Amino acid sequence: MPVILWTDAMIFLLLATVISAVLWVRKRPHLVLPWQRLAKSSMGMVSLLILSLFVLVGLLDTMHYREALPEKSNGQTVYSAEVLSVFDALAKDIKNRNEKTYSAPLAAYLYAKESIETPDGKIRRDYPRLRYGGAHLVDPQSELLGDVLKRTMIGALEGLSIAILLIVAGNWLIFFVKLRTARTSAGQEIRKSNNLIFTFARLIKNKPSRALLITALLMAILLGITVNLAAVYHVLGTDKVGQDVLYLALKSIRTGLVIGTVTTLVMLPFALLLGIAAGYLRGWVDDVIQYLYTVLSSIPSVLLIAAAVLMMQVYIEMHPEWFETAAARADLRLLFLCLILGVTSWTGLCRLLRGETLKLREMEYIQAAQAFGVSSPRILTRHIVPNVMHIVLIAVVMDFSSLVLAEAVLSYVGVGVDPSTMSFGTLINSARLEMGREPMVWWTLTAAFGFMLVLVLSANLFADAVRDAFDPRLNRTEAAA
Amino acid sequence: MIAYLIRRLLYAIPILIGVNLLTFSLFFVVNTADDMARMQLGMKRVTPEAIEKWKQQHGYDKPLLFNASAEGASKISDTIFFQKSAKMFVFDFGSSNDGRNIAREIQTRMMPSLAIALPTFLIGLLIYITFALLMTFFRATALDMLGVSLCVVLMSISGLFYIIGGQFVASKLWHWVPISGYAGGFDSIKFVLLPVLIGVMGSVGASSRWYRTIFLEEIGKDYVRTARAKGLSELRVLFHHVLKNAMIPILTAVVVVIPLLFMGSLLTESFFSIPGLGSYTIDAIKAQDFGVVRAMVFLGSMLYIAGLVLTDISYTIVDPRVRLK
Repeated sequence: MPVILWTDAMIFLLLATVISAVLWVRKRPHLVLPWQRLAKSSMGMVSLLILSLFVLVGLLDTMHYREALPEKSNGQTVYSAEVLSVFDALAKDIKNRNEKTYSAPLAAYLYAKESIETPDGKIRRDYPRLRYGGAHLVDPQSELLGDVLKRTMIGALEGLSIAILLIVAGNWLIFFVKLRTARTSAGQEIRKSNNLIFTFARLIKNKPSRALLITALLMAILLGITVNLAAVYHVLGTDKVGQDVLYLALKSIRTGLVIGTVTTLVMLPFALLLGIAAGYLRGWVDDVIQYLYTVLSSIPSVLLIAAAVLMMQVYIEMHPEWFETAAARADLRLLFLCLILGVTSWTGLCRLLRGETLKLREMEYIQAAQAFGVSSPRILTRHIVPNVMHIVLIAVVMDFSSLVLAEAVLSYVGVGVDPSTMSFGTLINSARLEMGREPMVWWTLTAAFGFMLVLVLSANLFADAVRDAFDPRLNRTEAAA
Repeated sequence: MIAYLIRRLLYAIPILIGVNLLTFSLFFVVNTADDMARMQLGMKRVTPEAIEKWKQQHGYDKPLLFNASAEGASKISDTIFFQKSAKMFVFDFGSSNDGRNIAREIQTRMMPSLAIALPTFLIGLLIYITFALLMTFFRATALDMLGVSLCVVLMSISGLFYIIGGQFVASKLWHWVPISGYAGGFDSIKFVLLPVLIGVMGSVGASSRWYRTIFLEEIGKDYVRTARAKGLSELRVLFHHVLKNAMIPILTAVVVVIPLLFMGSLLTESFFSIPGLGSYTIDAIKAQDFGVVRAMVFLGSMLYIAGLVLTDISYTIVDPRVRLK
């Protein structure tokens, strides 16, 4: 039975918006121009590639369902109370292979000593073998290193060859599509240019595509190694209750993405509507809206978020009957966190939009439109909104990374997502006391911070590339040409 | 100038009322005064009489916003909202749920907060601006590239990493400073050192990059060319001319936060268990102590407004062309 949680619905809505926006922009050359500029930036394309991998994991993790239980009650199918996602199904192996407690990355033995009964009936204190990690080895002490190296090599080769095959196949596909659509004389040209060496030469000659190619190959190698090792080991170790840290970290990605994008989705209409209304209508509307955002921004945002989240928590606890599953409850809290983060963060964008609209409405073309008797709604939709869209886009991508970081801090303090929701914040929160152990349990924190760094860093680099491509204040020589 | 200040202060009143109304509704939309009483008295063994008594003692036995049974002006004034909020305008914050005077509590907790926030602010400002000016000095060279890349990486690292890592390295590995806590007087230095360092570290990336953009914008202007043409050294141009002229955007961002330093940093203080105003607020939110949260929100927004006014005044100091009317 498919389950659509609130945040799932929001993500699907966002996806639909993005797809329709792409279709809309494609037909308009002047809107395509900045995107072409973006496509020329190596940094932007590489970070986009890495981000899209994160988005893929997040999307797979967004398609939720509940499994049907084998037994039926009065002919009706009974569904399990656990909400799973497609990602869970794909990663079933690493999800279900739970150890007893901590184990280091790629280890074959448990972190803690236990009493083990030897075959001859004696009891010995030693590190027991893991149930799954390296279980195929007979004598891990001597075989582990060799096995890990072997699997790394195989994984790297597999990843590399699959990636190359995919790239070649993709090129052929593009070639055939081009051939079908091209006129006969151009077809000759295309046919000539399409051999393997030519394709790669073209890819390598062009700077952004060379960077993309290298990144894609590196990513493929890394993926190949991870998949190969994860089949028999815990690549990033296990946590206190024996769950695989790699799985937890991958699950956290969705939460980060939801916080980063859904927050924007909910605050955008308010910021856009109020900001433009204030700037265009001025007078008392402007006063009211300015009053509104001054009030909101004069409350320290952490305080507002903490107070709102704690109130929400009380409210949810008072109404347990609303939620069919624990996942639905945790999800509502996540959505609420997005809402409240949206409330505290729309003021900045609103102020920017107001200022820009104030400037735009004095421009000659708007005054000309007014003189011709074009109605205000039409001026707003035809002239003002398209001309502030670049600010919106830049603000959205710039906000993303700070929201992901904010989630971690809020969850760490205890006013973030539900403790049962896997997120970078809850992961760090559960691992913070492990640094004091002897020997140190470093892998959970490393995994959480590492994943977060890669996500936020690529988001930041992408945001920079977007700003460079869209900001009209930057002087560009090629735009004039 | 005086007329301007008076107008700004009068404008602050509706904003503060709005802020109060917002905190008030945040608390009472989902909670009732009964819930608060039950929470304070503990969930078990709560009799309706005990709740009534608690409400009466703490002044929560009135209608929330509008008293229909009262006469005339007291229809509005004889309510929880009015009784609790109106007094704050004369700095009477009342007492918290455990009976302590909030105003006195704020006074004693202000020092630890300032001891962390002030050095973080000053040292941070110094480092960010110096770093940014250095990057501007070496602009369009490999050093500048390195600096900018470093900034992007630093701003992509979670603040939690600095806190957890800092506490681990400085306190556990090297035993430099205690992990957390606070003491008055000269002892405070060893407690303050780590939070300040981490606070400065936490925003070095974002801030330096931001200052660099501002300086780069200035450096393309004509007066810089004139200064260079006079034969001034590049360092002198940067530190004397560019820095002075970049003051307006810098002040816009910086002066607003100066009054807010009193509030302390909510997060840093709760991580390092420093008995300042930040941790006071967090604790109050967790205990659902409405009185304290309302007082802190009120104080915070008042300081924010004061910061905005200060910003305007500071413009007139750095730029004589600016006149406040």
